[in-house]
Amino acid sequence: MTNTVRALLGATALCTFAGVASAETITIATVNNGDMIRMQGYTDQFTAQTGVEVEWVTLEENVLRQRVTTDISTKGGAFDIMTIGMYETPIWGANGWLVPLNDLSAEYDAADILPAMAGGLSYDGTLYAAPFYGESSMIMYRTDLMEKAGLDMPDAPTWTFIREAAAAMTDRDNDINGVCLRGKAGWGEGGAFITAMSNSFGAQWFDMSWGATFDQKPWLDTLTFFKGMMDESGPAGYATNGFNENLSLFQQGKCGMWIDATVAASFVTNPKDSTVADHVGFALAPDNGLGKRSNWLWAWALAIPAGTQKEAAAKQFIEWATSKSYIETVAANEGWANVPPGARTSLYENPNYMEVPFAQKTLDSILSADPLNATVNEAPYVGVQFAAIPEFAGIATDVSQEFSAAYAGQQTIEEALAKAQALTNDAMEAAGYR
Amino acid sequence: MARSVTTRGKAINTAIAWAVGLLIFFPILWTILTSFKTEGQAIAAPPVFLFFDWTLENYAIVQERSDYLRYLTNSIIIACGSTVLGIIVAIPAAWSMAFVPGRRTKDILMWMLSTKMLPAVGVLYPIYLLFIKLGLLDSRAGLVIVLMLINLPIIVWMLYTYFREIPGEILEAARMDGASLKNEIIYVLTPMAVPGIASTILLNIILAWNEAFWTLNLTAAKAAPLTAFIASYSSPEGLFYAKLSAASTMAIAPILIMGWFSQKQLVRGLTFGAVK
Repeated sequence: MTNTVRALLGATALCTFAGVASAETITIATVNNGDMIRMQGYTDQFTAQTGVEVEWVTLEENVLRQRVTTDISTKGGAFDIMTIGMYETPIWGANGWLVPLNDLSAEYDAADILPAMAGGLSYDGTLYAAPFYGESSMIMYRTDLMEKAGLDMPDAPTWTFIREAAAAMTDRDNDINGVCLRGKAGWGEGGAFITAMSNSFGAQWFDMSWGATFDQKPWLDTLTFFKGMMDESGPAGYATNGFNENLSLFQQGKCGMWIDATVAASFVTNPKDSTVADHVGFALAPDNGLGKRSNWLWAWALAIPAGTQKEAAAKQFIEWATSKSYIETVAANEGWANVPPGARTSLYENPNYMEVPFAQKTLDSILSADPLNATVNEAPYVGVQFAAIPEFAGIATDVSQEFSAAYAGQQTIEEALAKAQALTNDAMEAAGYR
Repeated sequence: MARSVTTRGKAINTAIAWAVGLLIFFPILWTILTSFKTEGQAIAAPPVFLFFDWTLENYAIVQERSDYLRYLTNSIIIACGSTVLGIIVAIPAAWSMAFVPGRRTKDILMWMLSTKMLPAVGVLYPIYLLFIKLGLLDSRAGLVIVLMLINLPIIVWMLYTYFREIPGEILEAARMDGASLKNEIIYVLTPMAVPGIASTILLNIILAWNEAFWTLNLTAAKAAPLTAFIASYSSPEGLFYAKLSAASTMAIAPILIMGWFSQKQLVRGLTFGAVK
């Protein structure tokens, strides 16, 4: 045997032993949200406890969605854990793309997950993703402006009150808009808001035979009300405003009310970024007297793609990241206002957390959203601000573009609804639903 | 006869050139300025231009959160690797098309260019599946090959254009002196086409450096270049403009500096043959 061959064999053996000795590494794809970034900072604690190394791939939400969808649908195996939402989970669970999470340890206490979250992250009664944090939507309003207008915000207002209050708070001379809402095209932007709002007006996306319902009165009422109120009291260019644009306006004191994700409560009450941090109140999202409020339900959750070679380590990580003890670790280091909200019942039984000003309203909002029964009339789909079918994201993006064009005055509401009706029915027929 | 230009005309031309230059540079300047603002200042309305509390906080956060050097190394390897590989493949191809054209050479050139008109997403799944089969997912080698392939039509076209400016008789003389095909390309053609090859290399490094579709879709943690580094700082929920600007500035700085130092070569190469 030559020296070269011996050296090569030796190197190979060394590499093999080094491989055995080195820690297992899992790769996690996640979204760039504050709570997720915070979790990355605590990963060393998980590695110290388990010996499992973690590599993070952090991407913008839409990029992440495309990236993980490509990977899981081709069984690429690039990720051992994926951060996904309530929209993907039941669809991917039904496809057999996710590992069921029905064997989590007793210590993890899966029964403690908020029922609304567990329901939205399950398919056929099986949990496929563990919620890291959950959110609904609610009203954030300026207490000082409300007082100046001589009004009291009810805990659970109606849309009629919101419109009147918005008009009363609007002060164009001082650049104050009575209400700021999402009008931006995109199923997760303005599409999510108008869908949740339409639920309270008695509208829904599909009838029981999967036909579009944009030609019915509740949708006309929803859009007419929305556009009327926003034209009266909303900011200029609201048709292109999404979460971040409205957050910016509210933090600069340019909105009387903002109806959006409950997670925004911590941003608008943070004096470092918000000029109105001391003057913010909270109320449930409005209703229209039909028994459904206009708040949505969403969770960012951790799921394991079927076929990963590191399922055990991935489950270990999910149990650690979505555990009660992780919440306590964050609270001990960064305060209760910074723990991931909306996932566990026990968090809302904790007196320390309930002292956070928006905790109760966040919980009430989450509890009042029911993804299995979101509409006034019976609907064939699951989801509050979406319908959990694969075709929805594409259809809703197109529909929201038509709606945004109507908000911007480029077409009438009737024209937008007629186009939405036609394109939705075409897409559903092409997909074989009808 | 040369056209006389008055002092006033010169001044106007200079002013227009500066205005266009500043207009083109403004988004980059704004990104750099925003990277030194707080998140609150970054979204202030009306926007603040120069008079704000300059801070390095965003750079500190980005540095703490991300392994910049790993992304930078990947970008350098992928951009340079794909360009060098592309040049090696393209020089013989361009030589053949420029000096020994066939009946269908023009058609082949047009067909090569037409592949650039295909939306990349149209071939995402086939390429993704190929990468899985070949074990190239999240590897720098895989990205070098893909970026070389997608930039190859441009490399071939550019080199073809430069080679066409070189008189074929010179190569013929080399052949008569006994030069082999390899020596003809390496020792005769390449030295004469250095400005064109250099500008092709520079342009392709820039294209590969900025390529975001394939570099985002075919990587995870190991081979991700600076495009993935930037993408990790955009968020649909929360203020991120200042941090994103800091990440963007860090990502474009190397290529901006390279472009700055090589601008003479780049302009010379790009205008090569424009005026006979």
